[in-house]
Parts: sequence; structure tokens; C-alpha cells
Amino acid sequence: MMKITQRAELPKGREWAIRAAAVLLSIVFAGTVIAALGFDPIKVFAQIVNGSVGSQMRLNQTILKAIPLTITSMGILVAFKMKFWNIGGEGQIMMGAMGATYAALHLPPDLPPTAMLAMLAAASVICGGAWAFIPAYFKAKFGTNETIFTLMMNYIAIKWVTYLQYDLWKDPGSLGFPRIAAFPPSAVLPKLFGIHVGWIVAVLSVVLVYIFVNHTKKGYEVTVIGESVETARYAGMNIKHVMIAAMLVSGGLCGLTGMVQASAVEKTLTYSLSANYGFTAIITTWLGRLSAPAVAIVCFAFAMLIQGGAYLQIALLIPASVAEMIQGIILFFVLGSEFFIQYRVSFSRRAARGVA
Amino acid sequence: MKRILLLALALLTALSLAACGGNGGGQTGDDESFDGMIKVGFILIGSKTDGGFSQAHANGIDELEAYFGGLVKTMAVENVDDQNRQDIRSAAENMIDAGCTVIIGCSYGYMETMAELAEEYPDIYFLHFSGSMMNDTNFDNYFGAMEEPRYLAGIVAGMMTETNKVGYVAAYPYTEVQIGINAFALGVQSVNPGAVVNVVYINTWYDPEKEKSAAQALLAQGCDVLEQHCDTAGPIIAAQEAGAYAIGYNLDKPDSAPKAYLTAPVWDHGAYYIDVIKKILDGTFSPESYYGNMASGYVGLAPLSDLVPGDVKAKVEEVKARIMSGEFAPFSGEILYADGSVLCEDGQTLNRDQIWEINRVVKGVNATE
Repeated sequence: MMKITQRAELPKGREWAIRAAAVLLSIVFAGTVIAALGFDPIKVFAQIVNGSVGSQMRLNQTILKAIPLTITSMGILVAFKMKFWNIGGEGQIMMGAMGATYAALHLPPDLPPTAMLAMLAAASVICGGAWAFIPAYFKAKFGTNETIFTLMMNYIAIKWVTYLQYDLWKDPGSLGFPRIAAFPPSAVLPKLFGIHVGWIVAVLSVVLVYIFVNHTKKGYEVTVIGESVETARYAGMNIKHVMIAAMLVSGGLCGLTGMVQASAVEKTLTYSLSANYGFTAIITTWLGRLSAPAVAIVCFAFAMLIQGGAYLQIALLIPASVAEMIQGIILFFVLGSEFFIQYRVSFSRRAARGVA
Repeated sequence: MKRILLLALALLTALSLAACGGNGGGQTGDDESFDGMIKVGFILIGSKTDGGFSQAHANGIDELEAYFGGLVKTMAVENVDDQNRQDIRSAAENMIDAGCTVIIGCSYGYMETMAELAEEYPDIYFLHFSGSMMNDTNFDNYFGAMEEPRYLAGIVAGMMTETNKVGYVAAYPYTEVQIGINAFALGVQSVNPGAVVNVVYINTWYDPEKEKSAAQALLAQGCDVLEQHCDTAGPIIAAQEAGAYAIGYNLDKPDSAPKAYLTAPVWDHGAYYIDVIKKILDGTFSPESYYGNMASGYVGLAPLSDLVPGDVKAKVEEVKARIMSGEFAPFSGEILYADGSVLCEDGQTLNRDQIWEINRVVKGVNATE
């Protein structure tokens, strides 16, 4: 009946046509749904754009949402480049945030902020990296499946932080409300141009990951392993070493997201801090085709979609669920187009001939 | 790389084309065309139709709009997680950006974020439900003496239980929740000294599934009347499925489970919202920690359903009258905590501050944290 085969490289024009069609289709489809619900689709789309970049405050909101997504995506990118499927961003963010929180609540609060924040960042990178080290070590040593391993470790991390919040680290001064104490002011990331300096961390992470992947020996080794383990082995690379090193970088960057969110936004640790950035980053990294600058742009576009969707509720008094539905429809088509770019779907007659 | 750039660009272009196409490049959304007096933005933890907590606030929002007949415009962001400051801040700032000059946050966990925002936006009023923080200019909080209707609900449960076990689905082992549990248990004990109240904490305000399964656990323990301190109708529905009775919370909503529903301690947020917006409009607003009670109409017990027998109704009416007149308060006379320590001494009546120091459950309540 139907046969799916991997495509050879498509001509650029064709690829383009498929993507443009996907975007167009998603707009038409989402528009139809919006109209069916009794809203004006043109107004709705206008407000998504207007709501994400239409004023300084909205643009700030978009950037705030892009920051954690970008840093996490850079971490995921390093692992994916090696075809190490790190689905564990959530957990690594959590453990990073936990490390930062431990430092923030235990270091003397009168430390100079620079020293304090440097310690927080270091703690988060170490904890996030350590959490990523576990599946990397098992994969290197025993060949375990990293997808399942990293995925499961997310839930362990989230439950662990929940336990910290509800029991071990619960702030006794909160009248029984399960909450961890707030960071001292010296452990809160300052603002620059109206947005917390996490944006600088995000920009730096893009630049550094770009340099790491494209202009360093380790980065080159990561790419080669991703292309072909056999080639890497033949070239005499120490695959286990590179794998573990790359995962330390990957987990470390995800951990850094945890520090940025805990310090700049939450000012404490909560069990919902990772807010699905670890999962969303998989989509953005994939859509950005593992190229750091492209991923950064996709992250921003994604943040626009989230912020624009959130703004719909306010500007047009549309329920939150409609905004989420629109996001889902757009994602469905855009991701779907990637499938059609990489695979050919042929129907009965041609497929039958192909088999024969 | 180039491809994805183009993809992103195409997405943007398509969206902006759609944007400009419809309105001749002008602003859309009704936010710019509003020429009334004030815009008020609400942050809600659940959806406006959650059948409980957020719906009670949504009713208040509707009352507010209706009262001012178009001169006050409201907007709301629903489903804002109270553990996620990024989302709380985003909801508030988006509404400020859309012209709101009053931001009302309807969950305890929004408190620190609202305090922060109040400092950053001195020209915006921030009102916080159930919080304890405020400042001298633009940030205050409001709540009510829920212990009064909770006590009355306890009377209903105490008189109607046959197993002498009453279940209570509770959010957190936190003061506000424990005040409610204790007031309810005292009500139960006032008419049925042998009855116990079993409590399950679900550690969240809003989670329809958890609320329901906690209720099922209580029913399995033999509880035949349920009360709740959580946001949705989950426990009432669970009670109906098990053929038991249930008392709701937040708003009068008999239709969600008519065979189980007895009554509910309820809020009348509209009365407060109308009053506070009036004050803001005429310039007489100054931050306070508002604490409405049954006499002021901010809290109350919803009408008893037809499942409640006449003698129970009479008893409730009698005690209600005594509370409204100030003759009786739930936290008065000798009250012991479950651990034997004294909460309230004979002849004493706890004041608001003392009530808000409650940090555990009273005798006759089985609560495991």
C-alpha cells in the first residue's frame, strides 16, 4: 500500500517548497479552526506577532522565554551532534538548579555578587554535568541505550527536587507551605538593559558551542563520531572519552540553564523549574539542524510563538487552550515537513514496482 | 543553517503578512479602542470553568464588569502555575502592557512575585488573594474568615455521617488549610462528639485527578461525607460515584453531582472586587489586609440542598445567626491540638492573628503529612 523510504538529498528548491507549503498549511488549518471557534483568524495571527514583538515589554517577555530554551538547546546540540540522544535535559536542568541553590543558601550571603554568582554557576555546571555523566558512562562502558536512560533520569531528578522542596530543604519560615528559602540578593543575577543577564549567558553559549563544534579538535571528534563510529574508531579516536566529555559539556550547559532560572527568575528552587525546556529544546535543536546559530534563531521563533500565544488571551480574550492549540497545529505541520524532506512516501503502484 | 534561517523568516513573513492583511497595518485587539475608566487584569491558577476556585473568581470578575457596565474592562490569564515565577511575571507584565492598571493575583504562591512587581511598577495596583505581604502604596491582600462557613459545613457533615467518619481532601499542611480543617472539625464535633475527620493532603491546590483519587481513598476508609480544600469538583464527583455525600468549596455548584452535593463554604469575590475598584477609581484606596466575614457577606455557606434534612437545616440556621451577630466564633472555648497542646483556652476567643498562627490539626482529626 504505502512505502516510506529515506530520500537522497533533495534539491534546495524542493525542500523549500515543502517547508513553505507546511507553513502555509498550518496557517490555513489553524485559521479554519480559529474561525470555527468564532474568532477572526487574521486578528489572531496578527496578535501572535504583535504580542511577541509589538512593544518593548512584549519583546522582553519573548527574550525571557528564549533564554532558557537557547542555553538548553546548546547543551542538547552538543550531544545530538554525536548522535547521543540526550533526552535528559529536564533532569540536568533540575540538578544544575539544585547545585546552584545549595551554593546560594549555604555560602555566606555577604560574598561579593560576582564571586557568589560564579560559585553558583560552577555548582550548576558540575551537578548538571554529573547527572549527564551517569548515562554517558553506562553507554561508554556497557553500551546501554541512552535515550531511555536519560529520559528516566529526568523523573528521578524532578522527584528528588520535589522531595527537597516538600521535606529536606523546606523553609521552616513558610507556615508549612512547601517552599525552599529564597536566594540572598547577592545570589540573584543582575539585569542589563531591562533583562536579567541570562541573555548574555545565552549568547555566549551559542558562540562557544559554535566554536567548540566547528573549530576545536574535540568538537571535530564529536562530529566524526556522530557521522560514523567506525570512521572515528579507524581514525584512532578514543570514542568513550569523547562521548563522556561531550556529555559533560551537554549536561553542564543544561545545568547552567537551571542556575539561570533559579537565580534570575525563581530566586529559589521549585520542582517545576525545568518547565519542559529540556524537552522543547529537543525540538528546537532538531529544527535548527544541529547548527548553533540556526538553533538560536529557532529558539527565538519558538519563544515568539509561546509569548504571542500567551498574549492572545489578553488581547482577544481567547481561552488559553486555543492559543495552545494554535501552537500545536503550527508545530505539527512544521515538524511534519521535516519528515517529508527526509523521507519519500510512495503509494501502492509505484511502491509495488519499487519492491519488485 | 541557511535553510533554517529561511524557514524562520518564512514563518515570520507569513505571520506578519497575515497580521497586516486584515487591519490595514493598524493595531488590532480591542485593547487600544477602550475608552472606559480602568482595566483590571486577573491571574488565575486554574481555568475559569474549573468548577471551583477559579470559577468563583471568574464569577466575581463577571459581577465586577456587570456592575460598572463597560467602564471597567477585565482580562484574565488562566492556568498560571503558582510555582513558576516566570509565568506569573509574564502574565502580569503582559496585562500591564495591555493597559491594566490593577493586577489581581488569585493564588497564594504568587505572593513574592507580586511583591517584586509592586516595587517595579509603583503606578500599578497589585491585589493578592490569601497573601500576607503588602506595602504602603500599591500592594495589598484580601481574604476572608472562611473558618465561619467551614464550621457550619462541619455541623452538616457531623449530623449526616452514619459511619462517624468524615473525609477532608486538603491541599497543603499549611496554615490557611489547617484553619479550615480545624474549624470544620470543631463544627463536626459540636454536633457529633464521637466523629473523626480523616484528612488527605494532596500537596497541590489544583489537580482534578489527584483531588478525585484522594477522595476515593477517603471513601475507601469508610468516610461517608466529604469536605475539601482544593480547587475542583473532583471530590464531589467521587462521592456521588460511591453513593456518599459531599460538601464542596468555593462556589455553589450543585449540578456537578446532584446526588451527593449538600452545600459548600463559598466566596463572594464580586462584592470585594466592586468595592476595591470603586476605591481605586475615586482615589480613596490605601493598602489594607482585607478580611471579610459572613456578616460582611464576603464568605458564606451556600444554600443547603434538598438532601439535607430539616433538623440539620434548623441547627445550621441557629448557629449561623449566632456567628453573624458576633455572639459565637468557631475558635472559642477550650480547643486542644491533636498532640494535646492547647490552641484555645476556656473562655478565650482567638483573634485573627492568633487564628493565623495555627500550624497543626486539632483533636479528632487524623492527618498524615
